[in-house]
Amino acid sequence: MSSAAYYVPNQSRWPILASIALFLMAVGAGNLINDLSAETSGGVGVWFLLLGALCMMAILFAWFRNVINESMSGLYNEQMDRSYRWGMSWFIFSEVMFFAAFFGALFYVRTLAVPWLGGEGDKGVSNMLWEGFQAQWPLMTTPDMETFPGPQEVIDPWHLPLINTVLLVSSSFTVTLAHKALKVGERSRIVLWLAATVLLGSAFLVFQAYEYIEAYHDLGLTLQSGVYGATFFILTGFHGLHVTLGSVMLLIIWLRVLRGHFDADNHFAFEAVTWYWHFVDVVWVGLFLFVYIL
Amino acid sequence: AWEVNITPGATAIAREVYDLHMIIFWICVAIGVVVFGVMLWSIIHHRKSRGAEARNFHENTAVEILWTLIPFVILIAMAIPATATLIKMYDSTDADIDIQVTGYQWKWRYQYLGQDIDFFSSLSTPREQINNEAAKGENYLLEVDNPLVLPVGKKVRFLFTAADVIHSWWVPDLAVKKDAIPGFINESWAIPEEPGIYRGQCTELCGRDHGFMPIVVEVKPQAEFDQWLADTRSAAQAQAAAATEEWTLEQLMERGEQVYNTSCAACHQASGQGIPGAFPALAGSPMVTTDIDAHINIVLHGKAGTAMQAFGAQLNAVDLAAVITYERNAWGNDTGDSVNPQRITELQQ
Amino acid sequence: MDTTLSPTVDTTEHGHGPAKGLGRWFFTTNHKDIGTLYLWFSLLMFLTGGCMALMIRAELFQPGLQLVQPEFFNQMTTMHGLIMVFGAVMPAFVGLANWMIPIMVGAPDMALPRMNNWSFWILPFAFSLMLSTLFMEGGGPNFGWTFYAPLSTTYAPPSVTFFIFAIHMMGFSSIMGAINIIATILNMRAPGMTMMKLPLFVWTWLITAFLLIAVMPVLAGVVTMMLMDIHFGTSFFNAAGGGDPVLFQHVFWFFGHPEVYIMILPAFGIVSEIIPTFARKKLFGYASMVYATSSIALLSFLVWAHHMFTVGLPLAGELFFMYATMLIAVPTGVKVFNWVATMFHGSMTFETPMLFALAFVVLFTIGGFSGLMLAIAPADFQYHDTYFVVAHFHYVLVPGAIFSIMAGAYYWLPKWTGHMLNERLGKAHFWLSFIGVNVTFFPMHFLGLAGMPRRIPDYALQFADFNAVASVGAFIFGLSQLLFVYNIISCIRSGERATDQVWEGAHGLEWTLPSPAPYHTFSQPPVIK
Ligand code: HEA
Ligand code: HEA
Ligand code: CUA
Ligand SMILES: [Cu+2]
Repeated sequence: MSSAAYYVPNQSRWPILASIALFLMAVGAGNLINDLSAETSGGVGVWFLLLGALCMMAILFAWFRNVINESMSGLYNEQMDRSYRWGMSWFIFSEVMFFAAFFGALFYVRTLAVPWLGGEGDKGVSNMLWEGFQAQWPLMTTPDMETFPGPQEVIDPWHLPLINTVLLVSSSFTVTLAHKALKVGERSRIVLWLAATVLLGSAFLVFQAYEYIEAYHDLGLTLQSGVYGATFFILTGFHGLHVTLGSVMLLIIWLRVLRGHFDADNHFAFEAVTWYWHFVDVVWVGLFLFVYIL
Repeated sequence: AWEVNITPGATAIAREVYDLHMIIFWICVAIGVVVFGVMLWSIIHHRKSRGAEARNFHENTAVEILWTLIPFVILIAMAIPATATLIKMYDSTDADIDIQVTGYQWKWRYQYLGQDIDFFSSLSTPREQINNEAAKGENYLLEVDNPLVLPVGKKVRFLFTAADVIHSWWVPDLAVKKDAIPGFINESWAIPEEPGIYRGQCTELCGRDHGFMPIVVEVKPQAEFDQWLADTRSAAQAQAAAATEEWTLEQLMERGEQVYNTSCAACHQASGQGIPGAFPALAGSPMVTTDIDAHINIVLHGKAGTAMQAFGAQLNAVDLAAVITYERNAWGNDTGDSVNPQRITELQQ
Repeated sequence: MDTTLSPTVDTTEHGHGPAKGLGRWFFTTNHKDIGTLYLWFSLLMFLTGGCMALMIRAELFQPGLQLVQPEFFNQMTTMHGLIMVFGAVMPAFVGLANWMIPIMVGAPDMALPRMNNWSFWILPFAFSLMLSTLFMEGGGPNFGWTFYAPLSTTYAPPSVTFFIFAIHMMGFSSIMGAINIIATILNMRAPGMTMMKLPLFVWTWLITAFLLIAVMPVLAGVVTMMLMDIHFGTSFFNAAGGGDPVLFQHVFWFFGHPEVYIMILPAFGIVSEIIPTFARKKLFGYASMVYATSSIALLSFLVWAHHMFTVGLPLAGELFFMYATMLIAVPTGVKVFNWVATMFHGSMTFETPMLFALAFVVLFTIGGFSGLMLAIAPADFQYHDTYFVVAHFHYVLVPGAIFSIMAGAYYWLPKWTGHMLNERLGKAHFWLSFIGVNVTFFPMHFLGLAGMPRRIPDYALQFADFNAVASVGAFIFGLSQLLFVYNIISCIRSGERATDQVWEGAHGLEWTLPSPAPYHTFSQPPVIK
């Protein structure tokens, strides 16, 4: 069913169109954010951003449709499959490094910067500039409470975050069950387990939204509440975005399964999504440990 | 001048650094001679035009190991003195004097801790020289209004920090280069051995006038240093007293012009015209021709999110009063307002 | 390396040539077209960044402010660094990779051809966005190519937002390009092309691609934190909220140091191809070259803070980073020694590519020596942020990276165009460049040691003489690049026909193909014995 020669696609319009869409998004986002900060309004930024994002979605849709059609018509051989596998693996590695930057920042401020500001360690003299400031983590009292009012309370790991951990870890199981079902060709079970995974992912997002609202309204834990809030939101925020993306990908895979795509030996896209989902899960475990508990 | 090397410096540590520099330099030269020598030899003798035939060797584990180990040993030999020197440079205990050095855009502030001495030090080269409208002086760009004064032979501990962006305080002769980081303090120290004047510059890009915030250190014998301490203290007291006196408009204008030229003209320009798009004009601006208190307020506290700094901590009450008066009356602003130092002192409390 | 071609070079559905018109370039999925695009783009950026450098050198020709204001000078310095690094050197190497790697490993194309096109086409948009900031209110980025916070956050002009997004776009492009290269090398090799038979250029690129994937996301992370600090009130780099400006530097240099090796490892690869060809002798120590390159890459993750010796690291950190940095001299030395051993008892000729490669070995090593001096922390206190550093990195980047790119271009141009180049012009270009580079950058060592800080638009009088010399050199070097441009264009349009092997001593798959290389190569994998 797969052809002998490596499939080299003919010309394609999608990449350059996608570059233009990306450009529109960047220009739009830049203008929008600058307007927000300068408190000026009436800029065109938001329209550029929306237009770019819409174009991007349409382009990616069309691009992936091309790829899916090629795959379905047997143009891809095993070697092609391996190219995709390498591609996806290294992409996930790049994502790991993206999170590593934020984890690194978290460890640095926790173990070095904040103690120094509080008068401990090699650069403890710095405390001269912040009289009365004491190092603690979570950082409830910041060095300059006027500019960065610290949170009144931080999130209790054993409520929502624990529930979210359970949700996400079990979703890793359900997606594996779906994969197993695919390998033995039981399509109704694939549909079921995938749907369960999407639901678990969405429930996670709902709880996270709830947690954010609580943080802002009740706990005073905000982006502006010092470096604890900053690291908290950047890590959980980017993780949340990845869960969102992963859920969308799962949803697409689910729709494709409904349409009868994939078979026991030929289902790279399916696997790629499961890899991604496991990655998102692992990052969460790191977050739960280092952001919430410790 | 065709100066090609670093200075041996004016402290024991600086000389040690200089020696270290020379050692590693000569080691590199020696390795270079060997490597480039062999290369040159091959280029000359093993060229086709001389009939050289290529030999067929292309692997030899023994040589590979050899030329891994030899450089490794050389590196260890370099690391030992480097480590020793570094450890010394990090030992800032038992200092005789503590000086807090704060970097500002674009000047330095020196506070002698526990000595009641606190002043700013900024570039004193006239703008005309920079703009090629006047002949450049001998110490072009390396001269300041108030140098840092140190006693000879005493261990001085510096505590570096900054008020806005990162700066870096470097005086080659003291072999001290340390970043001044806002919100944190870095330590370093020096024991100057000879009286003299030592010059340096800010070495961390800190914005527009990064090239224009030099450092001048004057090292004096103990007696002269003590005299300087006393003089500076009494000058500060005179300043404080002056703030309670009444000043006439003319006096304020005269003093205000000087203050304006050192502290404000870099952005707002000597003509008060500013730079369109970057720094607002003051000539004819309602900011300086209408509400006095609003004007004082912005000078004292700056404007958040812009380059306008809070001068309340940088200038004394007399200078503030004078410069505000100047701005309200120069370049055709002619409001006739005169602001007295007492008003500033009041608002500052 | 012994190679035989299967009888049909070009078969089946891909027998057709390139599409007609501009669409060929916009929509192409062909690795050679994309390689060409990358190379032209990088040349354009080199000229742009070079003109900025000439502006810097013109201002620094004499003390006093003559041509530009400090504000604009800072923008020039920043843009010059960014454009040369992200616009000239990196795309040039990716272009060479695109052209040569599929051919060198016997693949029909890159592993993911459409994504390959996307990686390229993001770049012109990203750089348009970045260059456009120069015309925005408040001016463009003026905080150095290292954009230290808080100068680049709280104190930055509003255009910094666009700068951040431009960096995101470049990162995106680089990551996709690197993924493609890795997938190609790991998955597309012709049967029999084992890893230890790969040409060194391919090996060095494999390792470079790994570095790219590991560190570009970190750069994306750090600019994202900047964006948050600027617009959303976070305090990553602000002590008032418990953050630290130095945190920015740690994250930046965790990216930045591997980044400088990203700009030199492919150069090592190119030089390792060229020297054996013109010495008519197999590369000495192939395996140890591979191991050395890998060690350099791994060590490069452990040395970042050598750029931060003066920020006040704790003593233990200072020592660790000093030792780790010094260690890099060992594997790099192995490479240099292997090149010299390859020349030793060879049968050398000195065509233009070889001249550039030889100059590379010598001048890069000089740059390496100054790097080693910088690595000695206590001495670095005297060198840091002076022109000594500027001299160091221009020696490794200009007669290093740039010379290797020129060497590679001269070496492979006949294969690309089917025409030999004009040797006399090539040699003239070489000698002018060689002299120009040294006249420009050698005096900068002296300037730095004598105490001239970098990133200043005006300087004290004792620095005047060497600055004048350096400026003259810069114009000699810059203008002689016109010869390069002319030589490339004339080689494309005319010139003696090139043979398949092109250079007498050349070995490797690319030299078994016709010159110019057909639009599609190795649709059927060649057999490697
Ligand atoms: C292609 C780019 C490239 C390369 C390859 C290198 C290579 C090296 N660099 Fe460089 N570096 C830069 C680009 C590069 N650098 C840039 C751009 C900056 C400035 C960034 C900025 O601030 O804007 C910089 C700055 C920089 C600094 C910071 C200086 C400062 O700001 O104070 C340091 C400090 O340690 C350093 C060290 C080194 C070392 C040890 C090597 C080593 O890899 C060199 C190893 C090579 C050799 C040593 C020569 C060959 C070896 C032998 C012949 C063997 C025997 C030798 C001995 C035993 C000595 N570099
Ligand atoms: C690969 C990287 C690379 C390359 C190739 C170069 C090339 C050059 N650099 Fe670069 N430089 C950097 C990377 C590079 N630089 C970096 C990273 C910095 C630090 C920035 C910072 O501090 O933030 C820096 C900083 C820097 C400074 C210090 C600025 C300062 O501290 O304020 C100086 C000063 O002389 C300088 C000079 C030059 C010169 C003269 C060249 C020359 O080699 C350039 C030669 C090329 C040309 C001149 C173009 C040739 C073409 C024409 C002239 C013809 C035009 C024709 C057409 C348009 C058809 N550079
Ligand atoms: Cu202050 Cu540079
Ligand atoms: Cu480095």
